[in-house]
Amino acid sequence: MSGDDQRKHTIAVLVENKFGVLSRVAGLFSARGYNIESLSVGETLDPTVSRMTLVVRGDAFVIEQVIKQLHKLIDVIKVTDLSEEDHVEREMLLLKVNAEPGARAEILRIGDIFRAKVVDVTPTTYTLEATGEEGKIEAMIELLRPFGIQEVVRTGKVAIARSPKNRVRKVEEKLGKRPGPPRPQSQDPKVVGFAD
Amino acid sequence: MLESLKKEGVDIIFGLPGGAVLPIYDVLYDFEGIRHILVRQEAAAGHAAEGYSRTTGRVGVCLVTSGPAATNLVTALQDALMDSIPLVAFTGQVPTHLIGNDAFQEADNVGITRSATKHNFLVKDGDDLAGTIKEAFFLARSGRPGPVHVDLPKDILVKEWDFSYPDTVHLRSYNPTYDGHPGQIKKAARSLIRAKRPVLYVGGGAISADASPELLELAELAQIPLTQTLMGLGAFPMAHPLSLDMLGMHGTYYANMAVHHSDVLMSVGARFDDRVTGRVDAFAPNAEIIHVDIDPSSISKNIPVAIPIVGDCKRVLAKLLEAVREELKSYPAGVMKETRRQWAAQIAEWRRDQPLRYEWSDDVIKPQFVIEELSKLTDGEAFVVTGVGQHQMWAAQYYRFKHPRMWCTSGGLGTMGYGLPTAMGVQAAHPGKQVINIDGDGSFQMNSQELATCHEERLPVKTIIINNGGHGMVRQWQRIFYKERFSAIDLGPSPDFVKLAEAYGCTGIRATKPSEVMPALEKMIATPGPVLVDVWVDKHECVFPMVPAGGANTDMIVAPPSREVRDRAAKSQTGF
Repeated sequence: MSGDDQRKHTIAVLVENKFGVLSRVAGLFSARGYNIESLSVGETLDPTVSRMTLVVRGDAFVIEQVIKQLHKLIDVIKVTDLSEEDHVEREMLLLKVNAEPGARAEILRIGDIFRAKVVDVTPTTYTLEATGEEGKIEAMIELLRPFGIQEVVRTGKVAIARSPKNRVRKVEEKLGKRPGPPRPQSQDPKVVGFAD
Repeated sequence: MLESLKKEGVDIIFGLPGGAVLPIYDVLYDFEGIRHILVRQEAAAGHAAEGYSRTTGRVGVCLVTSGPAATNLVTALQDALMDSIPLVAFTGQVPTHLIGNDAFQEADNVGITRSATKHNFLVKDGDDLAGTIKEAFFLARSGRPGPVHVDLPKDILVKEWDFSYPDTVHLRSYNPTYDGHPGQIKKAARSLIRAKRPVLYVGGGAISADASPELLELAELAQIPLTQTLMGLGAFPMAHPLSLDMLGMHGTYYANMAVHHSDVLMSVGARFDDRVTGRVDAFAPNAEIIHVDIDPSSISKNIPVAIPIVGDCKRVLAKLLEAVREELKSYPAGVMKETRRQWAAQIAEWRRDQPLRYEWSDDVIKPQFVIEELSKLTDGEAFVVTGVGQHQMWAAQYYRFKHPRMWCTSGGLGTMGYGLPTAMGVQAAHPGKQVINIDGDGSFQMNSQELATCHEERLPVKTIIINNGGHGMVRQWQRIFYKERFSAIDLGPSPDFVKLAEAYGCTGIRATKPSEVMPALEKMIATPGPVLVDVWVDKHECVFPMVPAGGANTDMIVAPPSREVRDRAAKSQTGF
């Protein structure tokens, strides 16, 4: 029952901070044949609650089931499909690239453009740290690829809703105001090769 | 721990001891108020608890040791999960300091049962034991019921802990919805009344929620014909004029035709399983679908639903009845009477065209005949349990069910060997009542060792083996769809079931001719203690009607297929 309108969804899941929860969530995906593109987990302000950010690809039908099945897990407290609302997504990259004498300045310049930090230097390599949207991270990797990338480490995506604006919209809806023009999907410039 | 169980109202535990649970068995030795039934294999403990639970409405409890015992139990847990049967299963575990050490009889129990249970726990601290047991029972019986597994390391069972059993349980992450949305219920009532060809499609959830009285009232009030799934049998009396009997792959022609042509189809506690829908895009194509279910994830999982109502079937139906009564006040009675009359006439025509039927033989016993005779003899008042296979379908088709919670069968998982241990659990819960296990020769042999339990624990289960000398359902598929290339289905004449029964101290009876069937059944009922009746039936008999897998419900085969159908099946991409 998979349609053609496959879309990436970023889903935030609040779960009890207990052992085995990650495996329940991961098990749900493997058992039902859904694909997780990325997954990251961390504690929230309340140490008994963890927050998972999942990126899943699927049509509306699959995503509805994913959300319902997540809800069904006893240790899951709340599930939010962030793709349904305005939100910010970030991931972090650590990248070790060959840096021969002739290329060192160019690599640093590229790093600068992406607001990357140098976190380790050797006579022949740089290790850079960068954060940003998936598109930015990928653009940076592409630009550095010609120099010879030794190692790439990416975190899963983390995401948060832009809540204050959301509230404004909800208030407008309540007051019966017509919604304004649709906001752009993301307020970040997505142009390949530029910083955010 | 046992005190906790007593507080939960547990009166019977099905189990099998071993190293890791010895501390519990030591306490059980002189513990009063809980009966322990010693099974011969751990899966049987799980199935027996399922039988106990399904027929009483209470949570079934089983207790086994670590490692191989826990892995043996997994089949029963998955079975209970698929059929939404509330169980609490305890397994032993090696002491906490040995966990992960590959210790003797160690397995990652909670890792293994995670996907086979509604939820599971590993108790790491004795202080948590009582609270965990409370949560386990709460989770098992609330919302959509299901099995909950509690893994108990030996050291937490040995130490002394302060016992205080909590009265209430609160889980911030678990709040099932019981009351349906009033607006949706009103919408459903309006649709049902205005429908020209409405059908109610009722599953096991209606039994779990004890919604039979409301169901009967609704069907009669709005004059809606009703069909039941395999798990739903008994929710509605089959003798009722509005009953369409079972639907689905081996459902009746009239049930499947009525569902297919319906304009409003209301599902109550059923989950649009593939054995019911056949090809999903051809299932009830013109119907507006109303779905009442306690589990939101069941809704729109297989079939898009127009009016979803999440809630407990009993409560939703009670509210729906009010809404229907309200709606009827403003709806012209004459119009409804006329549309219902036309619809009933159409269904009666389908029923007349293609009733459930089989060809009679004077020489060889037809399996359907055995079930019919049993149904007559017990007048639909016996508890009936089955294994899995052809005999299960014949039992579902030909036994005339009257009451809910008197039918146990492995619907979702299709676990062969389910029959005898489950019947034991039913019998233990209902001493003095008639419990009949209709089994197949293949299915029965997967748990025949439990005849010993029946004998030792004085559980007078009556087993009827529909013996066709092989895996009949597989043979049927090979016959129809695989050009009669019968592969690995012959079980031969061994064992001699009568002698087998006698070896276990039970009574064995055999019937080989149609004229011997009724006397054998009568003798079975009259004989005290566990009895096994070995009925030699026509091995070529197939279960009809039949919707080929992947076919639409209108592709039903109602009689043995012609060469043309066989050829079509062989060419079909889905292999049907």
